[in-house]
Amino acid sequence: MVTRGFAGRDSGRDQSDRIPPGQHLVENFPVLTAGPTPLVETADWRFTLKIGPKPHKVWNWHEFNALPKTKMTRDIHCVTAWSKLNTNWEGVTIDDILADAGLERPTDFVLARCYDGYSTNVPSRDLASLKAMVALKYEGQPLPRDHGGPARLLVPHLYFWKSAKWVNTLQFTNRDEAGFWELRGYHIYGDPWREQRYSND
Amino acid sequence: MTECGARSASWQTCIIDEIVQQTPRIKSFFMRLSTPFAHVAGQHVDIRLTAPDGYVAMRSYSIASSPSSSEVIELAIELLPTGEVSLFFHEIAVVGDEVELRGPLGGHFLWPELASGPILLIGAGSGVVPLMAMIRQRRALAQTVPTALLLSSRTIRDTPFSEELLAVEMADPTFRFSLAVTQEASQRSSDFSRRIDGAMVGDVVSRLPNRPAHVFVCGSNAFVNFATDGALMAGLDPSMIKTERYGG
Repeated sequence: MVTRGFAGRDSGRDQSDRIPPGQHLVENFPVLTAGPTPLVETADWRFTLKIGPKPHKVWNWHEFNALPKTKMTRDIHCVTAWSKLNTNWEGVTIDDILADAGLERPTDFVLARCYDGYSTNVPSRDLASLKAMVALKYEGQPLPRDHGGPARLLVPHLYFWKSAKWVNTLQFTNRDEAGFWELRGYHIYGDPWREQRYSND
Repeated sequence: MTECGARSASWQTCIIDEIVQQTPRIKSFFMRLSTPFAHVAGQHVDIRLTAPDGYVAMRSYSIASSPSSSEVIELAIELLPTGEVSLFFHEIAVVGDEVELRGPLGGHFLWPELASGPILLIGAGSGVVPLMAMIRQRRALAQTVPTALLLSSRTIRDTPFSEELLAVEMADPTFRFSLAVTQEASQRSSDFSRRIDGAMVGDVVSRLPNRPAHVFVCGSNAFVNFATDGALMAGLDPSMIKTERYGG
């Protein structure tokens, strides 16, 4: 349905091949968080890899930063309809985390858990083959607290609620267990190109 | 274990029934739904505008009205300097226009059906909109759960719904309203003339009969960070604080 009198701004039409349906381009970096912004000191930071309920390996900040670093430039897409192009990240790929733990994909699904109690689920294959990382830097600087610092998950090919801020655990699960927003009406997978915003989209 | 949320909501056409200027930058749009729905106070809708060449712009807006009147819902939309959708609503839309909408959406920032204790609401600017739905729902159901609203605004003139909020406070001794104005002197002894801080949140909490069991904070990200830092400094538990941040 064409809306009477609506033209839309010209910048919204730029690079439409890189902007998924229903999304619009932003230059700023909006912050959306369901609760207070946690304060996590790197001295206290721990990252745990679990298989089911059992911890398999734990890294402290120093140990985690000694893992191989990878840079990624990616477009990101938030379910609230903004997209941001060419964002620059640096961190440790999930492949490198698994290699350091001596594991190959233990199960088909992962539940990422965070310092603020947030969680989100991602199939293991979506984290493998350099598709995802635990990001430690954004635009060459330590990741700001508002954007999940000191460390967040980055899964840029899915809606950005999957890129969990303040991540502290990746838990491999046998079933696809719904996370925080997935329990509250959002799509279990969240592919922006298929506009999988809400449960039944 | 699913909270009530957005399962599935189809796009529908709605008609703008009435437009009311609330403040110099905020207008209310009363939207007549073609397929009425029952929402939970705090939820939002997605609005979709389509240009003649097929270009689509989509934005989310919180519902300001109480769920008890669901054939027409009220959206209160703030004019943003670079906002193609808010600009359409403020400068082009007239009564009788049709736009596409889907909802209700959102499964977290929700008025509790059964509150386990007093409720603290903190908002700024158009961040008052979902809180307004909560206050109206509470009134519509004659609920008596002690509730305090702390609202931040530049001036009294910039405060949406202030007359209605003052009237609710007059009529209901279990509802307390405090305004924090940042660019002029406050007018009532229960108000403040500074930005929200921990002492202010502590002061508002002390006017409730006991500590809040639910805290809802809505506004820009910068405001929500100030307000939640204030709430944490006032000793409130982070796990009871739900936030909604505008600007996406």
